[in-house]
Amino acid sequence: MNAPGLLRTTWILLRKDLLLEWRTRARLNALIFFALATLLLFSFALGPDTTLLARHGGGYLWLALLFASVLSLGESFRVEQENLCLDGLRLSPTDPQAIFLSKALGNALLLVFLGLTLLPVMIAIYGIELKMGLAPLLGILTLGCTALSAPGVVYSAIANHARAKDVLLPLLLFPLVIPALLAAVKATTLVLQGDPMAQLGSWVGLLSAFNLIYWGLGLVLFPRVIED
Amino acid sequence: MDDKWRNLRLGLGALGLILVVVGAWMGLFWAPADREMGDVYRIIYTHVPAMWMTLIGGFINFVACVAYLIRASWKADSLAEASAEVGLMFGVYGLVLGMLWGKPTWGVYWDWDPRLTSMAVLLVAYMGYMTLRRFIEDPEKRAVWSAVVGIIAFMDIPIVWFSVRWWRSLHQEQSTPQTVHPDMTLALRVNAFALLFVFLAFLWSRYRIAMANRKEELALPEALGEPTAAAG
Repeated sequence: MNAPGLLRTTWILLRKDLLLEWRTRARLNALIFFALATLLLFSFALGPDTTLLARHGGGYLWLALLFASVLSLGESFRVEQENLCLDGLRLSPTDPQAIFLSKALGNALLLVFLGLTLLPVMIAIYGIELKMGLAPLLGILTLGCTALSAPGVVYSAIANHARAKDVLLPLLLFPLVIPALLAAVKATTLVLQGDPMAQLGSWVGLLSAFNLIYWGLGLVLFPRVIED
Repeated sequence: MDDKWRNLRLGLGALGLILVVVGAWMGLFWAPADREMGDVYRIIYTHVPAMWMTLIGGFINFVACVAYLIRASWKADSLAEASAEVGLMFGVYGLVLGMLWGKPTWGVYWDWDPRLTSMAVLLVAYMGYMTLRRFIEDPEKRAVWSAVVGIIAFMDIPIVWFSVRWWRSLHQEQSTPQTVHPDMTLALRVNAFALLFVFLAFLWSRYRIAMANRKEELALPEALGEPTAAAG
């Protein structure tokens, strides 16, 4: 299948996933409340010291997003398993790369939306400030969420068919995304607290490289994962 | 099972063990003490080669995973399983040694230094790989999926390395043969070859076990499906 076909199929699949999501809104609601609970728990674990909470706000945001991403990724293939939807998709026939792209984009969108929802809450309960404004933060949020989603979708497709899938997905995903998490946390912290040493560029570069490698690998490897 | 290479394999292991003893003697008594660290540094003679074996194991695993995806064969799958497990074993051994060395040198067992941290991340990733293999019963699915995971995990090593290096740095600058006493270099080389032979002997044996497992798994459904001649 050539490139325009691939993009069109991706768009159709993505619209289907988003429509399903919009009709129930079950996953999004669950994710939001789960992430909010996580943020609250961090403040309980550290005590009510607002300066401490504000200083590490970037880290908490990304941990909440990482934990939520496991739920979101697991759900995105559980939906396809009901009534053998994934087999139906493949037989229709759909380019497996389009399935990968749509699932990864869908998850990234959901996570970015989740991050934006958490932001006002963090301003309220942690007292964080946006020293560099919203636009760079939105960029880092997007890069970080796509970095979690691309390898996450490949692993979720694998874990979904294995025994003990709830354990397996985080076990595989967490060590893998450590560099992305590190870069996203550093970059977010710099955006929140200002960047006197001009370090932001290298972290954004690392995050972009991670994205490039894993979106590329996902496109190549994902078709092998779901073949029968 | 036909085993025409048995003597070679045992010889490799025996050679490795002899060299381990010679290497230990060289590292402990023959090589001079370090100017700054004294005798504490001597752990490098086994710590550094063990870490090299881990990286070799990871690399063999990566090659075997790619080979399996290009052309499915049980040999590649078994080699991937064997290399991951043997590499993981050397990695845990090397990491524990590194922590023992860190206590008297840095004052702490664990410091978030790039090499130590990258190695820890690598080991956790390969533990995930081994766990995945245990959790999938269908041998063909297991081979494909673990090959995908093996490739993805291997590609992560350089990224982890760079990210942690920017994040924090404390580890020793790497020494080169030009900067150390020639006796130290020789002792390190003997130990490296010792562990390499041990590594190869382990890898080979583990590979044979993996191949035997594959044969058993593939034969089993048929054996259950129809009664054997002996039973009838």
